[in-house]
Amino acid sequence: MRESWLLLQRNLSDFWKTFRRNQMGLIGAFLVGTALLLAIFAPLLTSISPMETVRTADGRALTFAPPSVHGPLGTDDAGHDIWSQVAFGARISLVVGFLAGFIAMFVGSLLGILAGYFGGWVDTLIMRVTDVLLVIPDLPLMLVLVAAIRQLNLKISPLVILILVIGLLYWTSTARLVRSQVLSIKERQFVARARAIGAGHGHIIRKHILPQIMPLIVANTVLILSTAILIESGLAFLGLGDPTQPSWGTMLNFAFDRNAISNGAWWFYLPPGLAIVWVSLGCVLLGNVLEEMLNPRLTGHHLEGEARVLSASLKSAEESSEEVSHG
Amino acid sequence: MAETPLLRVRHLSTDFLLPADKKIARALEDVSFDVYPGQTVGLVGESGCGKTTTLMSVLRLLPANARISGQVFFHEVNLLSLSERQMREYRWKDIAIVFQGAMNALNPVMRVGEQICEAITLRGIMSSDRAQARVGELLEMVGIPKERGSQYPFQYSGGMRQRAMIAMALACSPRLLFADEPTTALDVMVQAQILELLEEIQRRLGLAIVLVTHDLGVVAEMCDAVVVMYGGKVAEYGSVDEIFNAPRHPYTQKLLESFPDLARPTGSLASIPGAPPRLTELPPGCRFAPRCHLRIGKCDSESPPLFEVEPGHFAACHLLESTQDASPPSP
Repeated sequence: MRESWLLLQRNLSDFWKTFRRNQMGLIGAFLVGTALLLAIFAPLLTSISPMETVRTADGRALTFAPPSVHGPLGTDDAGHDIWSQVAFGARISLVVGFLAGFIAMFVGSLLGILAGYFGGWVDTLIMRVTDVLLVIPDLPLMLVLVAAIRQLNLKISPLVILILVIGLLYWTSTARLVRSQVLSIKERQFVARARAIGAGHGHIIRKHILPQIMPLIVANTVLILSTAILIESGLAFLGLGDPTQPSWGTMLNFAFDRNAISNGAWWFYLPPGLAIVWVSLGCVLLGNVLEEMLNPRLTGHHLEGEARVLSASLKSAEESSEEVSHG
Repeated sequence: MAETPLLRVRHLSTDFLLPADKKIARALEDVSFDVYPGQTVGLVGESGCGKTTTLMSVLRLLPANARISGQVFFHEVNLLSLSERQMREYRWKDIAIVFQGAMNALNPVMRVGEQICEAITLRGIMSSDRAQARVGELLEMVGIPKERGSQYPFQYSGGMRQRAMIAMALACSPRLLFADEPTTALDVMVQAQILELLEEIQRRLGLAIVLVTHDLGVVAEMCDAVVVMYGGKVAEYGSVDEIFNAPRHPYTQKLLESFPDLARPTGSLASIPGAPPRLTELPPGCRFAPRCHLRIGKCDSESPPLFEVEPGHFAACHLLESTQDASPPSP
């Protein structure tokens, strides 16, 4: 892992070269990339706001119009444009998923480092809390929490509640992963050396431990993102989203509530469903590939990274000598 | 020597609590020795006899399950009574260490120069520009071109890594340097270079060195005093001449016999039958007794104290009792 992280730091283009050879990773990057573009450029890609009712020439709302009648994806029961809802829903789904994922990653890494590095009662406490959270099924727990917090009428946007609940409950796997890595790294001799030069805990964690587990955290974050998006969709489908800012999950909830299925309006429920699959599949593919590339234990010999760096530097040396001879 | 010692280790004992089988490993017991300014003291003994643990106990770098007792005076300060924060001030600035196996002691993802710089800037005693210049100086001092400071440890050869570690150890101009088997895993030529480098640096900077090794040839060449350790205790302690020419402890005698002598080449080398005792199951008497060829009845029941056989020459063996009164090394 450390060598490949070195590789990443030394030469992003080298990293890209390796990455490019992996088809799954490319597909994942494409899926995630297109979803991001859709979210960013939603206003440019749609001709009508998602909350605007599409009307026929005589002023009546155009409800349940199939794609053949209106726009690329038809309209829903209230005559709202589905394509526009999918495009703008991408913003909500991705923002909630990403923010929740980043919070989960941050909390998980922090707790994992604390538990692994300090050990003793800190470790015991954090790991017992982790165990408890792992045992309780995620979705029901989050469902109850989100619903309960909304009952409090705290005047917090429902999306913020979603982000916080997912982020603050979904760090357990990251924490365990990070802890196990920290446990092995802190026994390495360069950490003892860092202590011998008089470094404090903060310095050791920042300069010697964090850089070593960073690749792991990066790969894990991408995987966490996919789960966060899925959970957000699940909660929104169950009616806990923000109806004024519909995400893909909220759209599914609407479609279900308003009998899209019995009306045969497949254009209402298929697009958001496929969009969710699109993004989470992309994140999983991307995450797996990153994990593989950054974690040598999954690929092969740990010297592979070194060898790659060496061959890259040799190649560049050759190139420069060629240039010299040509010049 | 009339000077006051730089480091006085007195009755240093270190236990490790092994929670897994609820045992106590007595890694060190009653270790005492002195290090004078500018002197080189050799710590010799078999693997697992407590050489490295002695160094780590002095620096207080042991894992949390270790219990250290006794006194370690650096000048007049007892390092074992300091708080962790105060102790940090002594590390590297006063006592630096070259670890066993330089590859592992260097962080693989940091440039070597950066890591040496880390030792300097951690104290905040220098601006980063001056620290950079100092890193260059240090690297040149150990014979590494300063441009190579921007490389990573894996781009160094084994000998260079060890040199880099020595450069790092000198970063804060310590007065005492611990060298924990600095030549392990290096080939003979590089070993000689590293030892030469250490000697040269000692001459130039006048620092005291505690050298951990099991190479008696190195000890004979470099050290002024020798501490022979066995099973966590000091077996014999004295000047290098005394130890090599008139060893009094059976273990030291055997150890010297088992080392090849170019002056008297023989067909085979002597060895000491048996293995060092397990630290969790130490024999009740002398720790060397089970392997000792001169064992007497007392050895199995009573642990021998250190006898002063000559002024400044101590050995822990019951056979010496008749000749001398027992006395601990004079403080």
